[in-house]
Amino acid sequence: MLRFVVRRLLQLIPILLGLSVLLFAWLRALPGGPAQAALGERATPEAIARYNELFGLDQPLYVQYLRFLGRAVQLDFGNSARTGRPVTQEFLERMPGTIELTLFAMVFAIGVGIPLGYLAARRHGSWLDSASVIGSLLGVAIPVFFLAYLLRLLFAVELGWLPGSGRQEVRIDATRITNFYVLDGLLTREWDAAWDAFTHLVLPGIALGTIPLAIIVRITRASVLDVVNEDYVRTANAKGLSTSTVRRRHVIRNALLPVATTIGLQTGLLLSGAVLTESVFAFGGVGSAIFDAIFARDFAVLQGFILILAVVYVLVNLLVDISYGLLDPRVRVR
Amino acid sequence: MTAVGDVRRRRIDELAARAGQVPEGEGGVSLTKSAFRRLRRNPVAITGAVIVVVFLVVAAFAPLLAPRDPLAQTLLGEIRPGFIPGAQEGFPLGADELGRDLLSRLIVGSRQSLLIGVVSTLLGVVVGMALGVLAGAFGGWVDTVVMRFIDIILSIPSLLMAISISVLLGQNQWSLVIAIAVTQVPVFARLLRGSMLAQRGSDYVLASQALGIKRSRIVFGHVLPNSLSPLIVQATLSLATAIIEAAALSFLGLGDPDLARPEWGAMLSNAQDFLSVRPELAIYPALCIIVVALGFTLLGESLREALDPKFRR
Repeated sequence: MLRFVVRRLLQLIPILLGLSVLLFAWLRALPGGPAQAALGERATPEAIARYNELFGLDQPLYVQYLRFLGRAVQLDFGNSARTGRPVTQEFLERMPGTIELTLFAMVFAIGVGIPLGYLAARRHGSWLDSASVIGSLLGVAIPVFFLAYLLRLLFAVELGWLPGSGRQEVRIDATRITNFYVLDGLLTREWDAAWDAFTHLVLPGIALGTIPLAIIVRITRASVLDVVNEDYVRTANAKGLSTSTVRRRHVIRNALLPVATTIGLQTGLLLSGAVLTESVFAFGGVGSAIFDAIFARDFAVLQGFILILAVVYVLVNLLVDISYGLLDPRVRVR
Repeated sequence: MTAVGDVRRRRIDELAARAGQVPEGEGGVSLTKSAFRRLRRNPVAITGAVIVVVFLVVAAFAPLLAPRDPLAQTLLGEIRPGFIPGAQEGFPLGADELGRDLLSRLIVGSRQSLLIGVVSTLLGVVVGMALGVLAGAFGGWVDTVVMRFIDIILSIPSLLMAISISVLLGQNQWSLVIAIAVTQVPVFARLLRGSMLAQRGSDYVLASQALGIKRSRIVFGHVLPNSLSPLIVQATLSLATAIIEAAALSFLGLGDPDLARPEWGAMLSNAQDFLSVRPELAIYPALCIIVVALGFTLLGESLREALDPKFRR
């Protein structure tokens, strides 16, 4: 098992190197190059020349790339053109919000998705089954930002049941420890702050969770239907095990294998791609930052955030692969 | 095998491996024929096909079908803060925020939305196929280089990838098309490569080799046509994602800035500001996107079933 993990980790290196080359090339290829990107569109030629000299942009490309790589390894991605603060610092402040949101969305998607998918498969052909199939098709077809707007309009603006923007009420003067607002509230025993932060997660979390929900329902259903027809289930039934034992030990256990993978992959996607939902709810996580950076043409932030998020995505995928190896011994052998 | 997305990749490869297997009892009927026969009997496939065909026809004849000029601000005079005229005589769906006929804009908009979806998917298929054939036909170091490159692209989440490319290429409809296409290339390339590898050891390839047929002829005349079915399925499904992704990029301000071309994604994102005044402005374009995406998904899923030997009866 250890060798399996080490081998996987080693295989990450070329991918990460390739990624860094791509993003380096990306910044170089932008109209005006990195100097313009950092100084803004109205930079004078002298300022650009000074910047180029200062940051070694007059050096040969491979020297520049190695420098970029050296700084990237130290998590130094320069400063945001908009706020002037280090990109890494901005990222670290915003990531906890995105993680909280992802957790909420995934708990929602798993909590609803697995039971629903399982029931749909158990009652194969019933109205519940058809409804879940249609629902899961719709869930993937609805543009997520439109759903987010609808939820916000209905439950935040019209009905006023839940907050529709931000991560916490401004008037709440909460103590910050980890920047995970819910966790902070719990740690400092500021219950109202924790509760308030939690209610801010509900609407964006549901909007964000619909796509994983739809996929989880579909995979669970298909997988349970597959497993039910397996020989070992027939054997288990034939040897007279009780129905509930067969279901618990043989059907659900095996059926959840592909579901676990899906959950992992979707978590990786959500952590890196909540740009749409977060910007509708002005959530203030990583996604909103990318949205703002697009409009401000803040390339330092875009480059840094995309590189870090891609690394996060790759690492989560790696975790999924490793956990797959743990869950399914057959994978390790190959 | 490398580390990233191994499972996702394995799934693509599994799909690929199933392509072209001849099921028992259907040896005499061509795959296309039997697939087509099963499609015709499947209500889901029919529903999907009808939706797709209707929208394609509407898009093709849009200028003839639209009752009014989609750009004429006919009802501009009636618009006041907090009021946008709704359905009325000659305007079955009412006007948009600039007094233009919503129905006509939806009809003409279908052109742009479908065009972006179709062209970007085609581009993705063509480039993906080229890379896939390269990797699948040559193997060896060519395969390694191509696949490593594909892995790197796969390691960037697709929306982030599309955003980076749109930002790089500037704002126009072609950069939108390219941005979406690039996110699809790796999937098609991997799928085709896997599918071709699965064919490599098959009897007909060995026979052709034994007969001394040129490699290019074996690849393009035999292996490639037999490896196409998972690609066709994926392309149909990708049409749905491409249209949704185009809408998402429009929402992020990276869409087509040319206001003379109405497009659903842009209409939808513009309408967000007027959601409390006239939610229909957002709901109708959203419905169009959802229905078209659903149509392609239904068609794609039933194609998968029809072409998959595992589902053959």
